[in-house]
Amino acid sequence: MPKQEEAKYTKTHEWILVQGREATVGLSDHAQHEMGDIVFVELPKSAQNVEKEKPCAVVESVKSAFDIYAPVSGQISVLNDEVTKDPALINQSPMDKAWLFKIQLSDTDQVKDLMDWTAYQEFIKQAAH
Amino acid sequence: MTTADTVRKTVLNETMSKAGGKMVDFHGWELPIQFEGILKEHAAVRNSAGIFDVSHMGQVFVTGPDSFKLLQKTNANDLRKATVGKGVYSHLLNENGGLVDDIIAFCLSLSRYLVIVNATTSTKDFKWLCAKAAKMNVKVENKSDDYSMVAVQGPNVPKMMEIFAPEAVKLPRFGIVEKKVFGADCFISRTGYTGEDGFEITAPHAVIINIWDKMMELGKPYGIVPCGLGARDTLRLESGYLLYGQDVDDDHTTYESNYGWVVAMDKGDFTAKDILLKQKAEGLKRKLTGLILTAGGVPRPGCKVFKDGKELGQLASATYSPTLKKGIGVGYMSDPNLKPGEPLEVEIHGKRVPATAAKVPFHKGTAFTFKL
Repeated sequence: MPKQEEAKYTKTHEWILVQGREATVGLSDHAQHEMGDIVFVELPKSAQNVEKEKPCAVVESVKSAFDIYAPVSGQISVLNDEVTKDPALINQSPMDKAWLFKIQLSDTDQVKDLMDWTAYQEFIKQAAH
Repeated sequence: MTTADTVRKTVLNETMSKAGGKMVDFHGWELPIQFEGILKEHAAVRNSAGIFDVSHMGQVFVTGPDSFKLLQKTNANDLRKATVGKGVYSHLLNENGGLVDDIIAFCLSLSRYLVIVNATTSTKDFKWLCAKAAKMNVKVENKSDDYSMVAVQGPNVPKMMEIFAPEAVKLPRFGIVEKKVFGADCFISRTGYTGEDGFEITAPHAVIINIWDKMMELGKPYGIVPCGLGARDTLRLESGYLLYGQDVDDDHTTYESNYGWVVAMDKGDFTAKDILLKQKAEGLKRKLTGLILTAGGVPRPGCKVFKDGKELGQLASATYSPTLKKGIGVGYMSDPNLKPGEPLEVEIHGKRVPATAAKVPFHKGTAFTFKL
């Protein structure tokens, strides 16, 4: 299981882990906790091109909808069908079983502007005020 | 957000926070939206027991010889159904047949009624009743600031109440009993907003924490959990109960809200009777209609509804139904003759999602199948 500390984070609460040219994307533990019980997920289409900071998926809890923004530009390479079948996985295992999709990166440099774990923690703290 | 100066707190506020309640501003009241999770709380109420702080609800007392006369005149339902020790769900109507509020009027004695009103409308209701009472021998008092209220709901709730209030367990639906609890004069009624059997306890502020703690203790063997507004909303919508300000208001009539059973046309004169009669004769132009999504997705209030590509209206209330495991909603549709099963579409995030018109209530809990 990837550790939270190893991932990079966006201001819109996605986490991303990059291995070579492929990035795995999910929803942060903080975000799933804030959203409450997640009951529906709509993932991007297979092979869809996504653009950094543009919405590409939707996660819905009982009480609210939450857009998932692509943390980087590229092409969707793998979708996690398990999470579509059982959206509650996001609450149970946001960093591991409930990764959402993988992106074939078009520009690996885009990862550099994302927050590391410490910066993300600070960001959450700031946002709470 | 800094609304601290305007947000009201219930006496149970600290108890809620300590129990893990995620507090939110609900129409000027700080109340928990959820504790551990809406699905868990929803399931607890459907299967066993849950407890809610509903202290934001209001209490208007109507006393004096003309109490019945005033309530019978201002309500759509027939107050004769509220015999001593019983209440009746009703719509307080304005001159246009719209709803001043939806209420429960309990008959405590022939000259004393307790009217449970919504939080946001309590002042409006009070003023409305006062105006209507002008020439009557009756006293209307808004005691909303003097009472707190908890709702204990779920099929196992009567069992946990057996020791605490045996007289309450003998109550029929909408029955009410006055009882001294922790030394204070309280009201226990067999009512609720969840569709399950259960009770609502109206009590002076001084004893409400004791009552809450006692309920938690008695409910422990049944796995009672504190529940928030989130579960309250999913439970009431599955049960087809109206939410004032969202599903009904001053501009929508009882008939339009598909609550025609509340209108007692045979009871004599009452406010806006002629308007409702006319509406019934002419037919409705819009009606609150239920729908169920037949594909994945969660409908929300404000979502547009279509039939054969034509927009019929918007959803007033909508959510994910934990019991049906599907999206559900109700909205005013310009086709009042939609039949359950007719195909519709709901626009969610810009996409049309298939749905079908559906019978309301979407789910019938133990309140609907109640037998003493």
